[in-house]
Amino acid sequence: MAVTDVYDFYQRLEDEDVILSFKGDFTSELLTSFLHILEARMKEIGTDTRKKKRVFNVLIESFQNLYHHIDVFKEKNLSFKRSALIIVKFAAGNFVVRTGNYVGNDGIKDLKRKLAMVNALDSDELRGLYRTKLTKDPRSTKGTAGLGFIDIARKSKSKLEYEFIEMDDETSFFCLKVVIE
Amino acid sequence: MEKFSVTGSAKTPTINFDGETGILEFIGRSIPENSVEFFAPLLNWLELYESHPKEKTVVDMKLEYFNTSSSKCILDFFKRLEKINGNQTYVHVNWYFEKDDEDMAEAGEDYEAIVSLPFKIIEVEEIY
Repeated sequence: MAVTDVYDFYQRLEDEDVILSFKGDFTSELLTSFLHILEARMKEIGTDTRKKKRVFNVLIESFQNLYHHIDVFKEKNLSFKRSALIIVKFAAGNFVVRTGNYVGNDGIKDLKRKLAMVNALDSDELRGLYRTKLTKDPRSTKGTAGLGFIDIARKSKSKLEYEFIEMDDETSFFCLKVVIE
Repeated sequence: MEKFSVTGSAKTPTINFDGETGILEFIGRSIPENSVEFFAPLLNWLELYESHPKEKTVVDMKLEYFNTSSSKCILDFFKRLEKINGNQTYVHVNWYFEKDDEDMAEAGEDYEAIVSLPFKIIEVEEIY
């Protein structure tokens, strides 16, 4: 990497309307900093409260998903796969949250099922599913409620775009794009 | 009964549970990674309160944000309160939402629909 490549890197982010991004280990302090920085930026842009809250909610659940996926890698001692990427874009009045992280291939089937399900439902159906799962579904051992994607879909009011890129027999890279209109 | 208080942080709400007045208050954000851990002492306190509750218990929910893992814990909290909402003692929930925050109002309606407690969903200029 040449010294000046950092400019190309910067310009690429600028061209893509990236207002905030992070690549590295996700720690518990990171979410707070992220929300803090975004809050100031949204004030500048003049984002209304409702949209701000929706973006924040999508970020909160995205971070929760990332922590969870990283935990799985910690348990398996695959430290080099712990790093993840999160990007927030703002263009034409819409916020876009994109995440990229490694997931174990054994968890993909379940992720795809959840994602396809939320994408198949309209807002009333999502609300019904949320209520049903909140009431009936047991909590996982980690305390996660299995409601993350439902909440992301409810708050973003848009279909979730996703892709899994297979890396090897054990892992894939999970790309998720959420547009908050 | 002793009061139970927790000072809020960037990720957790301020909690004021007063066994003398019967007012149980949540103020702020509830977005910890481990909600079960955060809620455990609250639910423990509630278990003690259940044995000698006030005639009227009022819950004031003034939340700015909460994550889905907290949503399950909030439900556990309401479910516990259902037990003391009967003939001798009763429970009332005030669910606050900030002006224009229809998502938070909806969240209150979601709980109202699945919990057997009377809810009042209240719009305010600022949540705290």
